[in-house]
Amino acid sequence: MSIDRREFLKLAGISTILGMGGASAVHGLRSRVEASQIMPNPEALKAKRWAMVVDMSKFKTAEDYQRCIDACHHAHNVPNVTDNLKHEVKWIWEETYEHAFPGTEDEYLAEEIKELPFLILCNHCDNPPCVRVCPTKATFKRKSDGIVMMDMHRCIGCRFCMAACPYGARSFNYKNPRPFLDPEKENPEFPTRTKGVVEKCTFCYERLAKGQMPACVEASRGALIFGDIEDPNSEVRKVLGSRYSFRRKPELGTRPSVYYIF
Amino acid sequence: MLENAIYGGRRYWAWIFFLLSLIGAGFIAYIYQFQNGLGVTGMSRDVSWGLYIGQFTFLVGVAASGVMVVLPYYLHNYKKFGRLTILGEFLAIAAVVMCMLFIFVDMGQPLRVLNVILHPTPNSVMFFDMAVLSGYLLLNLLIGWTVLGAERKEVGPPKWVKPLIYLSIAWAPSIHTVTAFLYAGLPGRHFWLSAIMAARFLASAFAAGPALLILLALIVRKYTKFDPGKEAIQSLGKIVTYCMLLNVFFLGLEFFTAFYSQIPGHMHSFVYLYTGLHGHSQLVPIMWVSSILAAVAVFMLVFPQIRKNESLLAIACIATFFSLWIDKGFGLVVGGFVPNPFEKITEYWPTLPETIITVAVWAIGFLVLTVLYKIAISVKEEVVFDKYGERQIKAE
Repeated sequence: MSIDRREFLKLAGISTILGMGGASAVHGLRSRVEASQIMPNPEALKAKRWAMVVDMSKFKTAEDYQRCIDACHHAHNVPNVTDNLKHEVKWIWEETYEHAFPGTEDEYLAEEIKELPFLILCNHCDNPPCVRVCPTKATFKRKSDGIVMMDMHRCIGCRFCMAACPYGARSFNYKNPRPFLDPEKENPEFPTRTKGVVEKCTFCYERLAKGQMPACVEASRGALIFGDIEDPNSEVRKVLGSRYSFRRKPELGTRPSVYYIF
Repeated sequence: MLENAIYGGRRYWAWIFFLLSLIGAGFIAYIYQFQNGLGVTGMSRDVSWGLYIGQFTFLVGVAASGVMVVLPYYLHNYKKFGRLTILGEFLAIAAVVMCMLFIFVDMGQPLRVLNVILHPTPNSVMFFDMAVLSGYLLLNLLIGWTVLGAERKEVGPPKWVKPLIYLSIAWAPSIHTVTAFLYAGLPGRHFWLSAIMAARFLASAFAAGPALLILLALIVRKYTKFDPGKEAIQSLGKIVTYCMLLNVFFLGLEFFTAFYSQIPGHMHSFVYLYTGLHGHSQLVPIMWVSSILAAVAVFMLVFPQIRKNESLLAIACIATFFSLWIDKGFGLVVGGFVPNPFEKITEYWPTLPETIITVAVWAIGFLVLTVLYKIAISVKEEVVFDKYGERQIKAE
């Protein structure tokens, strides 16, 4: 079959249009396929924006703090780097009032308040500086629920996020973390890390997806309140609406999602 | 032109092999770091950037300072810089190469370096830094090589290179501005959170870079037949003088804001660096060395009688270079991390492997510089010297 020039151009034009349409159809299909590759657990806990309230009045003994810390660090295989504190990795830990809220203490502050340990963790800021500076999107704010996530397989270990975080919430694996794990207590459900990546609290996204509360919240016996801050009927909102609360360094405009009440 | 790099005297090869031995030692140290992680350095959870990033920051300035000879020559037709431009451009290339290597050795996961390109993130200053640095490297390679090639053939440079030169003039300040933005936009790091940061970076860069260029020009004149020109060196000396004064002025502005406002967060890092804070004073001696060197440099530079003596100018340039090298290549980065966000103090000092790797990256930079200068000077000796011969020296 022979075609003339005019015929050829017509055919070419039509096939181009069809091709483009086809491409967009495939594109649309692909995004749907990707979105539904993993069936969401119907039990999963959902929120518009997760937030936590730390009720300091319920932390009475050292054990109250340690229970939360241990629950988290066991659940996430956080290495116990004790030989050199410069290389320490921690997701949730204690910091006394004067260090957790620097600049707010005064010389007449009661000693027990000044020395009172506060539980410190990633603030999951609504406007996170760490996310702004990450050159690879290895740390990102999840659109669905505001959790500041950490992709430890994409992180290049540039530590820009550590310079940007005003809360000191991020740890870097200065050495291979695996030898610092207790093999007996290792959690096979959560990945261990390699050296050279940054890590931090992720509000237990993996537990929320299974319908469980974060490990620290579960272990806290009511001292940590966790819920959807955009839901006016949530427990966090009720607490924040009725009691005086404060956040770390609110003047920086990062809008932390972790609140403290006395 | 490349062949010029493989013909050289005994001194040339001795220097090359000296640099290669430093690079070899650094390579072994890097393998050690690669296997054991960045824990082999002095960096910590609190001081998470150290010597590597400091050197990177300093060298971006050296790279940008090439514009201080290119701009007067091309925009103001300042002919005296004609023989210096290629030295400035090739210095910029060597400096950018070092910058990239310092970023690379600082990475926790160096094999993932391409993630920066695979997942481009325009809101990250680091992404922009990578983009402008690569662009600046390409521009200088292209311009330097083309102009030198034309000179060898004794023809004028091709027309298309002119727009690229103008672009590179605008580009140079951008690389250092972006580098300052790495620091100046971080909430909660009071020491860096200063609007004058980029201006201060440029001032210190345009003092340290030309100071190094003067020293290099003097070395080139001593060991080769090519003379970059007495007047050109004096003009560069004036640039160093003004920029060093600006830098000291800008640093003074920082001090004023911190200590007149009396805001603790703004004062802490300065106090830590210059007098020590809560008994921690590891950086105090080197910061004072930097300050004294700066004072010596300023004193020697402002008096034309001193500056016009080339040996004294060389001393002033050495003082300028090392003062700024300590201030920007070390104090500025570490000072920003002390005290940490909890107002606790963790000190930093580089370890031996870290130092060996740093020296090796400098050696790679000097190797690149030596080879490029060898090529450029061979061409210049052939063309410029033979053409003008005695006239070149008499004209001074």
